[in-house]
Amino acid sequence: MNTDTHAAHADGHHHDDGHAHGTFSTYMLGFVLSVVLTAIPFWLVMSGALPSKQITALVIMAFAVVQIVVHMIYFLHMSPKSENGWSMMALIFTIVMVAIALSGSLWVMNHLNSNMMPIHEMTGMK
Amino acid sequence: MTVAVNPTQTGEPVFYLADEHPHPEGYSTSLGFWIYLMSDCLIFAMLFAAFGVLGANYAAGPAPKDLFDLNLVAVNTSMLLLSSITYGFAMLTMQQNKIAQTQMWLLITGLFGVAFISIELTEFAHMIHEGATPQRSAFLSAFFTLVGTHGLHVSCGLIWLVTLMVQVWRFGLIEANRRRLMCLSMFWHFLDVVWIGVFTFVYLLGVLR
Repeated sequence: MNTDTHAAHADGHHHDDGHAHGTFSTYMLGFVLSVVLTAIPFWLVMSGALPSKQITALVIMAFAVVQIVVHMIYFLHMSPKSENGWSMMALIFTIVMVAIALSGSLWVMNHLNSNMMPIHEMTGMK
Repeated sequence: MTVAVNPTQTGEPVFYLADEHPHPEGYSTSLGFWIYLMSDCLIFAMLFAAFGVLGANYAAGPAPKDLFDLNLVAVNTSMLLLSSITYGFAMLTMQQNKIAQTQMWLLITGLFGVAFISIELTEFAHMIHEGATPQRSAFLSAFFTLVGTHGLHVSCGLIWLVTLMVQVWRFGLIEANRRRLMCLSMFWHFLDVVWIGVFTFVYLLGVLR
């Protein structure tokens, strides 16, 4: 199929998909940002630059969240306008479900673990 | 809905919707595909939750610190990142109707994907060789399930990529192929998003523990 028919077709009724498309500069910006946001956490863990493990853990988790947002905007072209807002609604719904599932599982199982009687205490009770 | 009745010569009534407005083909594909990706996101959330719960139960077996080579993970991560940007270039050249360049960027994306899967399989083989098999501890079961599911997704994406390259080669950048390439683009970038979670929570936090 030649490209002229396609162009005529697209002009006839412009229904593309309501999806924002990236440009070369937005893709490159997203790429550079994600390289930086990947390199810093790896460097922090491999070099042990920060004094405490807790701080390092919090910092790399923060970097992951920022990088996920960067990917969503520059690679997946998420915006409140795409698909008349329905894709954002689906995303928010999913984030709520994921947050409940993750925090709920970790919280419940952590309490279960800490309320279990340690094995050495059980042997001492005999 | 309004129904109009139009009797024909045979006396059989013919029904049709008076307010029917035909949607163009594939008009809601990208929203539907996005909702599929969100369901995939829930699968990965469950696997992350399982890893979060079980990830510290080594059963006196090897811990992340003994198993993971962060240099290798960094190389692997860069393969996936590079494949994301090359897929972006494929989409840009597709919008300019440059078939040969689109195919070239798709091929490069595929090669980065193959490199990613090869490195991952090498890592798995090395771990299994050292006795760190999925049945060794709860940590390893959760690890292989989570990372393996991601690898399986990438492998399926590669099969899909090759299929679409054949489609583009045979039929060119027709409307349907553009739509398919756009869906794969969302799938591919989404897998990169999941990998951010994997390298942060599984590898980096694991080694840190």
